[in-house]
Amino acid sequence: MVAAIKQPGWIRGLFGAVAAAAFGVALVVVLREVSGLPIWQTEQTGYPHVVVPLIMAPLGFLAGFGCFDYWLRWAAGMPTIPDDHSQHGAKSWKDYFRFNTDHKVIGVQYVVTTFIFFFIGGLLAMLIRAELAQPGSQIVDAATFNGLFSTHAVLMIFVFVIPVFAGLANYVLPLMIGAPDMAFPRLNALSFWMLPLAGLLFIGSYLAPGGAFDAGWTGYAPLSTGAPLGQSFFNLGVQFAGASSIATALNFLVTIITMRAPGMTFWRMPLLVWANLSTSLLVVAATPFIAGAQFMILFDRALGTQFFQFAGGGDVISYQHIFWFYSHPAVYIMMLPGFGIISEVISTHARKPIFGYRLMALALIGIVVLSYSVWAHHMFVAGMFAWLRVPMMITTLLIAVPTGIKIFSWLGTLYFGKIHTYSTAMLFSLAFIVTFTIGGISGVMLGMVPIDIHVSDTYFIVAHIHFVLFGGSVFTIFAGVYHWFPKMTGRMYDEKLGRVHFWGTVIGTWGTFIPMHWVGMDGMPRRVADYATQFGEWNLLISVFAFMLGAVQLVFVYNMVVSWRFGPRAGGNPWRANTIEWQVSSPPPIFNFDEIPRVVGGPYEFGVPGARHAIMGDEKAEASEPEPTVVGQA
Amino acid sequence: MIGRLPIAKMFAATLVLAAAISVVMLQINWNGQEASTAAPKIDTLLDVMIVISAFVFALVMVMLFYALWKFKAKPGDESDGEPIHGNTRLEVAWTLIPTIIVLFGAGYSWAVLDEIEEPTKNPITVDVFSQQFAWSFGYPGKDNAYVEGELHVPLDRQVHFKMHALDVLHSFWVPEWRIKKDNVPGITTTAIVTPDKPGTYQLVCTELCGLGHAAMRAKVVVEPPAEFRKWVAGLKETIPDPYLEVIRRDTETDPIPVGAGGA
Repeated sequence: MVAAIKQPGWIRGLFGAVAAAAFGVALVVVLREVSGLPIWQTEQTGYPHVVVPLIMAPLGFLAGFGCFDYWLRWAAGMPTIPDDHSQHGAKSWKDYFRFNTDHKVIGVQYVVTTFIFFFIGGLLAMLIRAELAQPGSQIVDAATFNGLFSTHAVLMIFVFVIPVFAGLANYVLPLMIGAPDMAFPRLNALSFWMLPLAGLLFIGSYLAPGGAFDAGWTGYAPLSTGAPLGQSFFNLGVQFAGASSIATALNFLVTIITMRAPGMTFWRMPLLVWANLSTSLLVVAATPFIAGAQFMILFDRALGTQFFQFAGGGDVISYQHIFWFYSHPAVYIMMLPGFGIISEVISTHARKPIFGYRLMALALIGIVVLSYSVWAHHMFVAGMFAWLRVPMMITTLLIAVPTGIKIFSWLGTLYFGKIHTYSTAMLFSLAFIVTFTIGGISGVMLGMVPIDIHVSDTYFIVAHIHFVLFGGSVFTIFAGVYHWFPKMTGRMYDEKLGRVHFWGTVIGTWGTFIPMHWVGMDGMPRRVADYATQFGEWNLLISVFAFMLGAVQLVFVYNMVVSWRFGPRAGGNPWRANTIEWQVSSPPPIFNFDEIPRVVGGPYEFGVPGARHAIMGDEKAEASEPEPTVVGQA
Repeated sequence: MIGRLPIAKMFAATLVLAAAISVVMLQINWNGQEASTAAPKIDTLLDVMIVISAFVFALVMVMLFYALWKFKAKPGDESDGEPIHGNTRLEVAWTLIPTIIVLFGAGYSWAVLDEIEEPTKNPITVDVFSQQFAWSFGYPGKDNAYVEGELHVPLDRQVHFKMHALDVLHSFWVPEWRIKKDNVPGITTTAIVTPDKPGTYQLVCTELCGLGHAAMRAKVVVEPPAEFRKWVAGLKETIPDPYLEVIRRDTETDPIPVGAGGA
């Protein structure tokens, strides 16, 4: 037992969590005593005896689990642990449950963990649709319903879509640029382990008196500042998810800028790398804003500050400005990595170079810059200063231009190619182009102030965000998971089941989210447990398609789990792709490369005679004399 | 490269598909009944956008499905496609043309926005008070008439709703008027509406405000001026003092957009 507590790991982690929580309670008791307050709280929403331990316990767990061991020893001047790579790589499945510094292990940990949250969030969506299948109240009351859609959105956004992209890129990106690992492997592991804690805080809010947080994922003040204890779980969960995001983004930035293989100039980077570079620029600059906004809400709740309380001199609308200054860029944080995935998949399966590669990369940067100047389009009816609406409308509509460039360039890539549609990843990529075009069109309409005045806060919004986040982001996530499944597991998945999953998902997505546009325009507000009976039939139809969409995801789980264990062995390069991650074995060796590859050309030189993207270490000797022809993006 | 594609046929197919989508989509009155002067203007903007969007969508579909039909690899064909890296003219075109389209959309929307918010000479002011989970209304004047849960406004006269939230955020929406505005604690927000169809409508709260949000509704009656005056005269209650205090306390925001002339 004592030995177990000395060793970093689960036992010491749980011990650390309990000890830290106890310290938190003691701290509150002592501070209240010192400041003359009654020891046990009487405030309605503050709950310091819960909130402070909620901050401490995750930190205690992380410390106990071993996330800080190396740094703390170094900081304290103790002899550092000899770096024998014992924390690096997975020899058995148990290593996936440890503090591990291998980017490939962390990538798998990310993807599996986030998909667990995806399915929990999906179950909540099924409950929402069950309640909304008919007008009136059937299975949950209004309080529970508000909690359901709030937690559904928060799980999907903060612990599924945003981090699953970080997970996929974690696995693939270092391989793609010819790096042995990420720049900061220990920080990478810490980033991952903060994520399940954030998810647990969100889900744990169901245990709080008063129920889960129910002010929507936007948590607008002053509804959120006056909400029961569950809201604090949201405030704190966002801190851990946000810190995880920021640390990962820093890691990606440093990795991409400093660790590219020799010859990998910026204009030779695969577009997935460009996409993650752009995303990371957004994350490091924007995410601190939501962290700040949620701390301000927490302080209003627990410390009696008045940031967003009009009566105390605060300003209600400023919350929305700070919140959307992050949360609009967040929309692109949830989309740009997907753009990268689509570029990889389409180029590979059309056997064609990406059409207009440089403009594709510049469009990503254009989106990054523009996305900071559009936040107030979420606030056209919020009562903010009226003059801001027109400038924000113009920038909002302009952002359709770089997005359109990407759509047309993907289409251009298909022309004069040899398009293979046997892979489920390619099917999802093609379907993504269609659904995302629709989501983009409804986005342009929403950007127009007069139309937005009518449909803002209605089901039209719900339809739009699900078309871009489900038909957009989640389709790209599926494409990415199918595309790199052979690389990550060394096994092939079943394409027949993949097709069942694909068609079920496409039909389910359209059937669920297309009619939502109509009921919204016709007068159904969002975030309601009950609605006018005239919308009953459409809602029943929406629910039926939603259940189908939910059920068909089980096919995906079955396919992934069974193929991982029993699927036929995958070769190193089943899709005959050019990028570096496909030139090593599947799964790749523990340190990725025996010798760092040398990059000699663009990543998508399909059909160019003699063109190479990279020369791997083991073939350098043979290929040394005639310098390979480099065409195109050299 | 482009010369090898049946551009004329593809363009014709795009036009046919766009026309078909537009014709079907324009049959339906998406936003429901129109009952204010703003409604037809907003609906026309929507219709124009539907036609433009139908064209964009049709273009993407034709480009996608032609490519899938024409360039699909034969079974067993493991060769690569043609090494085409781009086409500067095409790339310039699909940067510039969408820019022009969205700037047109922005200009048109701006014009519509100015029109629907243009104040007229003889408006009537109505105070709106929102709280969890009820609406109430005041008619400022000599009597300061006040009523809960039922809003009456005169036909064909511009109404300036001055809105006050008493607790959390709420949002004022009458779908048939197409006008929505948040009620914000500490700020007087304004919505401008000219109802032009008599009838009974529903006022819906569209900003999540807590447990009773879905049920936070009020009846809206639009009636000829004479009947309206009679109805207001018959109101017994006056605006409660705390509410008058709220009106004084709430800071006014500027409801007139830049460019509407005359702030």
